[in-house]
Amino acid sequence: MSAAVPGQTVGPFFHLGLEFPQMNELVPPGNPRAVRLHGRVTDGAGDPVPDAVIEIWQADPRGHVVRQAGSLRRDGWTFTGWGRAATDPDGYYQFTTVEPGATGPGRAPFVAVTVFARGLLDRLFTRAYLPDDAAALAADPLLAALGEERRATLLTRRVDQGLVFDIRLQGEGETVFLTYPRLRDAWA
Amino acid sequence: MNSQADIDQEIAAAAQQPGGPQPRIDYPPYRSSVLRHPKQPLQLIDPESVELWAPAFGHRDVADDEADLTIQHAGTPLGERIVVTGRVLDGDGRPVAHQLVEVWQANAAGRYRHQRDQHPAPHDPNFTGVGRCLTDADGTYRFQTIKPGPYPWRNHLNAWRPAHIHFSLFGTDFTQRLVTQMYFPGDPLFRYDPIYQSITDPKSRELLIAQYDHDLTTPEWNTGYRWDIVLTGTHRTPLDTEDDNS
Repeated sequence: MSAAVPGQTVGPFFHLGLEFPQMNELVPPGNPRAVRLHGRVTDGAGDPVPDAVIEIWQADPRGHVVRQAGSLRRDGWTFTGWGRAATDPDGYYQFTTVEPGATGPGRAPFVAVTVFARGLLDRLFTRAYLPDDAAALAADPLLAALGEERRATLLTRRVDQGLVFDIRLQGEGETVFLTYPRLRDAWA
Repeated sequence: MNSQADIDQEIAAAAQQPGGPQPRIDYPPYRSSVLRHPKQPLQLIDPESVELWAPAFGHRDVADDEADLTIQHAGTPLGERIVVTGRVLDGDGRPVAHQLVEVWQANAAGRYRHQRDQHPAPHDPNFTGVGRCLTDADGTYRFQTIKPGPYPWRNHLNAWRPAHIHFSLFGTDFTQRLVTQMYFPGDPLFRYDPIYQSITDPKSRELLIAQYDHDLTTPEWNTGYRWDIVLTGTHRTPLDTEDDNS
């Protein structure tokens, strides 16, 4: 196995290279199934992180991983499952998307999330679970491995017109961030 | 504000502690990291469903001329014209084909075309500093651009970043996502830079440095740099072949 190239911070000027039109609209806001997935990114002092970028990658409502091109030049019709959003001066990000379906019987649906920010030396992975299916959530291996307080950081909250997923980079209520076996091995 | 000597001491102290190949996510010499790194250990989990796949990108997403950062305006940008090319491979040596590579950088004077960059170096009206391409079937990417200049930042007094190009990459799995920075060989600013030094293992740090390649240098036109980018391994088995989008 070759040594993997290390990550580096996305820095403050990612808006130059990583922005494109409608990057946070996986479906147009007028789509009848559209939901708003949104939240606030905060640091260890509880202050907003105004220069973060959030990426999401998710299944479609039937639980299919669609793998369609067209995320950077959206045609308004093709659901690609991937989007990118920058936080605003108050640390808020938002996506217009559809809710992912379960990818298998008894599976808890979630949106895979990547977090980048100035000051964050490498990207972080996490999951934003839909809050509804108690049995599926109870059976989920990741959630089952966590204590109640940590587990709660991975669940979205239902509000009018959408789902809230706050991301706390550090401190009280710190979001659970993930690593995966091959990723960890690359660093071993 | 701390001096460079203060930061140098902190960098030297951090280098004494055992470090792995990844950047130290808790790295106080990079002041902005202090309140922004998680303190809990990362939770190890087997990837499932979407995490076993990466988003797809195709020619619908990226136009061919976006790989040339020197032709985006009416005039020619100032500075040293360079070609940067290499292969994107996964940890098992397989090419990462037809995937998106995004780059962004400062101009030859060390200034980003961004309103928050107030470093009083000149803007270049003929250089935006943004490029995209798709890797080919062999995993090769190629950009024509201008060598970026070093620039000051406010981490401490007299803080200067080594010249670098930001890279954003996707593998074949969601878990291979990488954002990093490519540096140029022999840069005298390496030892002073807490972002570069946050990778405390010297061999891993060197993986971020492109090699000058005279074969990529074109007479009367550009110099050439080669930089291969290795992502982590895929979680899918090699038997799980599929004709990915293109």
